Amino acid sequence: MPQFAGATMPGTPNAVAMAGVTYGYDRARAVLTGIDMVIPRGKVVAIMGGSGCGKTTLLRLIGGQIRAQAGRVDVDGQDVSALDRDGLYALRRKIGMLFQFGALFTDLTVFENVAFPIREHTDLPDALIHDLVVMKLHAVGLRGAASLRPAELSGGMARRVALARAVALDPMLVLYDEPFAGLDPISLGVVGQLIRQLNDALGSTSVVVTHDVYESLKIVDYMYFVSGGRIVAQGTPAEVRVSTDPFVRQFVDGEPDGPVPFHYPARSYADDLGSRAA
Amino acid sequence: MQTIWAAVLPSALANGLRRIGNGSLHAIARVGFATRFFVAVLRQTPAAFRRLQLTLREVYFAGVLSLVVIMVSGLFVGMVLGLQGYDTLNRYGAGDSLGIFVGLSLVRELGPVVSGLLFASRAGSAITAEIGLMKTTEQLSAMEMMAVDPLARIIAPRFWGGVISMPLLAALFSVMGVFGAYLVGVRLIGVDNGTFWGNMQAGIDFWPDVTNGIIKSFVFGIAVSLIAVFEGFDAKPTAEGVSSATTRTVVGGSLAILALDFVLTVFMFRGVG
Repeated sequence: MPQFAGATMPGTPNAVAMAGVTYGYDRARAVLTGIDMVIPRGKVVAIMGGSGCGKTTLLRLIGGQIRAQAGRVDVDGQDVSALDRDGLYALRRKIGMLFQFGALFTDLTVFENVAFPIREHTDLPDALIHDLVVMKLHAVGLRGAASLRPAELSGGMARRVALARAVALDPMLVLYDEPFAGLDPISLGVVGQLIRQLNDALGSTSVVVTHDVYESLKIVDYMYFVSGGRIVAQGTPAEVRVSTDPFVRQFVDGEPDGPVPFHYPARSYADDLGSRAA
Repeated sequence: MQTIWAAVLPSALANGLRRIGNGSLHAIARVGFATRFFVAVLRQTPAAFRRLQLTLREVYFAGVLSLVVIMVSGLFVGMVLGLQGYDTLNRYGAGDSLGIFVGLSLVRELGPVVSGLLFASRAGSAITAEIGLMKTTEQLSAMEMMAVDPLARIIAPRFWGGVISMPLLAALFSVMGVFGAYLVGVRLIGVDNGTFWGNMQAGIDFWPDVTNGIIKSFVFGIAVSLIAVFEGFDAKPTAEGVSSATTRTVVGGSLAILALDFVLTVFMFRGVG
């Protein structure tokens, strides 16, 4: 499949660009090896792969929560690894992030959760903050839930509130960590559509880390498949649908065995049975 | 037989030494991390006081919500002190000295120490559990990703909320203790009212008795609050991790209070006698 050139305007840096990125939580084992990835502005891009393949680690590298041990991660044209704390915080003001389970502040109401980044980073008067928050909540369909506490929300509602909070400051880039995990079919469709619509309405760029193939195929512009810490396939949804790549086919069709084996590495079955008999 | 021991003993010894070495390195690294953490929290002090409502909110949670347990405990400790103190003093014909005995015991020692232990159990554990759960549910990470420093927004206000609350709670504990001793000594046993208060007034000086008690409670407040916020921040983001961190706060906080109390007492009262 071709490399994703995208539609970033000439002379404007890509929203995210990774070159030769390697990272491991301990020195003995690399989680990611030699990752090259381009995410042009204005696009919705999915990073897909099985559990523990390094997808969330990629998001953490983009957000500067961890630093690449080799290679380079550029966000909005800035080398994330080279930024000091103030530089990183300045960059993060242009980034929104939706965490897997929302990560809403449990001591604040829905309204105050969405208002939180606005209050922290602006000196806007309360009346204006009120209107901005109401607009964001209206966009995710939860204007009527403004006074509720996070504990009173369903999983899907919490995800939508977190989405409203992630886009509260109209970020240049929005990172989604497993936005579809654990949602019922209706909530799943709602969150998927919101990701696409908000991306287009705000003119931002979205990176969606997920293992939900079918929902992603409906909303994204491009997909990267990660396995064993490497990008093993990539393409547009149309290319992915007709791909004959064994990994893509196994992932899309949900086959139990294939390039990703069903069995965890072990000595032979016969040996194990034999040793038990002995 | 001898050959087996010769093979096993060095290996067991090496394993034991390795465990001790690993444990020591881990402990040193943790103390180093805690020290850096403490410095980082102190550097966020201006942020905690610039947004005073955040710190005052923590004074409410750590201090005001601890009032009941502190005041009731103070009352009972004072009542027991009144009974036991009178019984002992009366054997030497000094029952009238109950006031000064109770006052000095509470202001110098029992007030700061017992209220510190209660504070570690009631407020310290709550602070650790809250921060640990915020970490487990990725609220601290979310804050970081919003370019909001959790040390400034969450940790420093809780630390200073605890430090401010502790001397006030210790003072209230002592007041309630004195009142408890008065109820038992004067009202129940019949010690003369004027003697009780007069001896207390004459025998207790603001400097050094009261001020040393305040200094002690302030130091205990720093120790317990630091342990509470550090353990929460450093907790493993699992249910078991938060539970262990909460236990470490109560145990570590209590031991720190008792150890610091001895050290402070040595310095404060070395000239006495």
